[in-house]
Order: sequence, then structure tokens, then C-alpha cells
Amino acid sequence: MSNKNNAQEVEETVDFDKFDKSPSGFKIFWKELLKDKLALFSLIFLVLITAFVFGISWILDQDEIVTVDLFAIYEPPSSEFWLGTDYGGRDIFGQLIIGTRNSLLIGILVTVMSGFIGIVFGVVAGYFGGHIDNVMMRIVDFFMVLPNLMIIIVFVAIVPKYSVWSFSLVMTAFLWMGIARLIRSRALQEKELDYVQASRTLGSSHTKIIFTQVLPNITSLIVVTMTLNLAANIGLESGLSFLGFGFPEDTPSLGTLLGYATNPQTLEFRWWIWVPAAVLILILMLAVRNVGEALKRAADARQRRA
Amino acid sequence: MWKFIVRRLIITMPQIVVLSLFVFILASLMPGDALSGQIDPNISRDAIDEMRERLGMNDPWYIQYKDWVVGAVQGDFGDSFRFKMPVTDLIWGRIINTFWLSLVSVIFIYAIGLPLGIISGRYNDRLIDQVITGYTYLGFATPLFIFALVTLWVFGFHFGWFPTGGSVAPGLEPGSMEYILSKLHHLLLPGLSIALIGVVGTVQYLRSEIIDTKQKDFILLARAKGAPESRVYNRHIFRNSVLPIAAFFGYEITMLISGSVFVERIYSYPGMGNLFIESILLRDYSVVTALVLLFGLAAIIGALLSDIILSIVDPRIRIK
Repeated sequence: MSNKNNAQEVEETVDFDKFDKSPSGFKIFWKELLKDKLALFSLIFLVLITAFVFGISWILDQDEIVTVDLFAIYEPPSSEFWLGTDYGGRDIFGQLIIGTRNSLLIGILVTVMSGFIGIVFGVVAGYFGGHIDNVMMRIVDFFMVLPNLMIIIVFVAIVPKYSVWSFSLVMTAFLWMGIARLIRSRALQEKELDYVQASRTLGSSHTKIIFTQVLPNITSLIVVTMTLNLAANIGLESGLSFLGFGFPEDTPSLGTLLGYATNPQTLEFRWWIWVPAAVLILILMLAVRNVGEALKRAADARQRRA
Repeated sequence: MWKFIVRRLIITMPQIVVLSLFVFILASLMPGDALSGQIDPNISRDAIDEMRERLGMNDPWYIQYKDWVVGAVQGDFGDSFRFKMPVTDLIWGRIINTFWLSLVSVIFIYAIGLPLGIISGRYNDRLIDQVITGYTYLGFATPLFIFALVTLWVFGFHFGWFPTGGSVAPGLEPGSMEYILSKLHHLLLPGLSIALIGVVGTVQYLRSEIIDTKQKDFILLARAKGAPESRVYNRHIFRNSVLPIAAFFGYEITMLISGSVFVERIYSYPGMGNLFIESILLRDYSVVTALVLLFGLAAIIGALLSDIILSIVDPRIRIK
């Protein structure tokens, strides 16, 4: 269609009142979701499974599930134990639900905490630039190059009074650098824009500009990164729990169930213990990622499908 | 270029110093000390205290740090509590195994990643590209340890094609052909597991790089002067897109390190990653300290290598 035609059509058909306001971020995301059925399906799945595990685990008693029952060791799936039992006679299905809840909880907790540190660090470094930026980025560089997996494991092993909180704090301490770097490079670009200069001229303080003007402008980047980080953090947590350096013993996570598979007997003959957890982790990570990718496209007008 | 390399080397020094300080602090947070390996009911408390004084364990921290660094540089990390042998000897035996595993993984990563990336970029948006992109999408979301568990279950236990643990079949003469083949046989499955997941980044990068390069003017020129399609791809596009991949080699080291922890654990392969987990579980902290320091050094040197290769390959980054 030629430009001329286009212009005519616009004049004839468009109701200009509609253009008063550009569509809200949520609306754009919703439209993108409707175009991308996989992401829509993933989102629905995530909402359902979250509601399900939180709802069920409200009724289900965690202590009852993790109580050892010596008369029901390694039972294969049956009508009493839907997914069989583990070496302590504990119901796998119940552990799966509680495990999913715990994995989701810690994934979200770590993502929010590391996101918060990373965002504040990054936006301050990027906004001020110069020497401050230089020093702050050398700190990030140093943390980036550390063998973080090992150091998290060491901390988990030596922290006294180990709990879910200390676990998430340890994870957070070594996972904030990526987002800090990303936010910083965006903040560097953002502060060159006129609105920051204008606001400065009008006498706004740096704090006000950073938190009420620059940050809102990079929200889309933040939301996208945090979603993708959530998938990565769920994976990392289950990996650590798998190795035995995640949740404390009495708090099963999806990784704990997989950890039973380090016993060759379990791996080979008792699939019901670890396969459901493996599948669930995969689906969870894929679903979170699908939503993240849709958000990413919605945030970047050039990539939108809608 | 030399200026850049020297500057990059200078940055590395403080990194190593901070790393050593960090590991030293970590070590002092761990319970036990270099003498824990020698505690024995036959030695009295006083004798231990005396030895402690002699070894300088009551000195201020900076003197202890200096002694520790001097020892570490000379390869002295104390004794292992569990094996009652010097940490250095213990680690040395394991380093070689991890080295072979990493080497096999790297070879697989490039042998799989380069063709996939090139095909995917050359025939972008065709069916074959969609298949490869689908694979990278799945691979990116799959945690390595789950994948390794599944491969071990399917190919190790179910089909029995590969050994399910160890690094070599027992009872073979070291150096003989069978010994080497058995080693390779033990390496294949863990190496492939790491590679099939680790390859994802390479494929994605190569694909987007080739699609970008395809639209550059010099490719148009090559086509205009009548170069056959194979030459356009093999000489012009491939060279330009593949060089940065070579530079990522150093960064792969970090990935291989964390990968080795999971994969060696799952395949009970006697490497450094497995040693690390065993030592932590048995509270053998002198080994843990040495391993964290070594892993950290490997990562720092890897990043250094990558930056240097990148500066040779791509002159633009030398400017900063």
C-alpha cells in the first residue's frame, strides 16, 4: 500500500480521540500474549500451579509429609501413594507439592532481593558515571569472575544456624551482578536524555531523579530481566538442593527429590521418585521463560508480534 | 595491541590479590585449621598448642595471610584431614581427570556448536533453522544436572552403552591402548552432556552474528563480483563471525568449572568438582580452600585469555 493511500485512509477512518494516550504497558503485554499462544498458555499454567501448590499445601501438613514411615519404604505408585514413597516412606506426591511451593518461593525471594540490590547498584553507578561508576563496576567485575557456585556451596556449608533465610541471603549475595551491569548500561544512556537535564535545571535532587524519573523509564527492562532471572534462579536453587546444599533436610524442594537420584538404585529402578520432579522443574523453567520472552518482545516495539 | 595486553595484565593483579584475600577470609571462617589433619588422641593438647604457636597461628591476621600466600605460591596448602596427605598431591591427581573431561567437552562444544550455528544462520527461518532454534530454546531452559541425570539413566543404565561411574575400568595397565580407550569411553557421556547444554550460547551467538554479517556491504560486494555461494560463506562470512567465538573460549572455563561439579558428581567421576563436594561434606576444609582458590584463579585467567584473544581478533576493543 502506498503512503498516499495510507494517509487518506487515516483521515477517513481514525477517531483521533483514541490517540490521547499511548496504551499502557500492561495492555501492550496483554496484546502480545494473545498473539503468542505458548506464552499465554505458560502464564495460565503458572498461575494455576502456583494457586494449586499454595492452596494444597495450606491443607497439607508439611510435618506430616516429611515424617518417616518405616512400613512404607520405596513403595511404587499406588492409590494410597500417588507417586510412591522415598527411602523414608515419605509420600512423593506430597513432597512434590511442597517442593514446588518451596522452589517457587525461594526463586521469587532471591530474584526480588538480588534484583533490588542489582537495580540500586546499577542505576547509581550508571547515573553518576565517572569515578563512582568506575569503582562500582570494578566491584561487579570482581564478583562476576568468582566461581560463584563453589562459593555459595562453601557459605551454605559453614553458615551456623542454617535456615531458608540464610540460604536465600547467600544466594542473593552472589547473584546481583548481572542485573547491576545491565541496569547500569541502560542508566548511562538514560541520563544523557533531555528530561534528566531539564529536571536537574528545575532543581530536583539526584535521589528524586534516580528513583522517580530514571527508574520508571527503565521498568520494562527491569521486569523482563527479573522474569528471566526467576527461571535461572529456580534452576540454580534446585541444582544446589540436588547437591545437598540447598534447603535444610526437613524442607523438601524439587531439587531434594532429584538428589535422591544420586543413589544409582533409585536412578535406575525407582523413577517415580525423581522423574516427576525433573519434569516439573523443566516445565516451570520453560513456562517462566516463555512469559519472559513475551514480556521482552512487548518491551521492545521492534520485536512485537502484535 | 601490546599496550592493551599489558593494561589488561595489570588489572588482573589486583583481581588475584582480592581473590586471595577473599579465600583467606573464607578459610578463616571455616572451622578447624591446618593442624586438624594431625589431631590424634596420642598428641596432648599442649603439644598442639605449642605447634600452633610455632606455625604462627597466633600471629596477627596480616602475617598469617602473608604466610598463607607464600605457602600457596609454593604449592603448600597443608594436609588433607581425610586422606592424611598433602592437599597438593591430592589435587594433582584430580586435576588431570578434570582436565580431560573439560577438553573432551570443549571439543564437543565446538564440533557441535559451529556446524549448528552456521547452518542455522545460513538457512535462517527455514525448517532446519527452526529445529535448531527450538533445540537451543529447550537447551537454554534445561539445567545441566537434570540433563546429565537423564543421559546417565537412559544411556548408562537403561541401554548400558556407557559406564556409569569412575574414570577408567579397573585392572587395566596404565598407558596401554585398552586403558586409553576405556578412559575415552568413560569420558564420552559426561563430556557430551556438558557439551549438548553448553553449546547453546555458541549456537545462538553464531546464528545472530551470521545473520547480521549476511547483510553487510562487503558480502554484497563479494556476491556482486561473482564469488560462488560456498566461497561467500566459507571465506567472508565464516571468518568474520567465527572469530569472536574463539575469544569466548576463556569464558567457557567458568562454565566448565560449575558444570564439572554437577556432572562429576552425577557420574561419580574422580575429578576436582567431585573432590570439592566430597571435601565439603566431610568438612575437609584445607582441600576446600585450595580448590576454591584454584577455581577462582582458573576463572580469572580464563577471562584474561578471552580478553587478549578478543583484542587480537577484534581491533575495535583495544581503544578503551
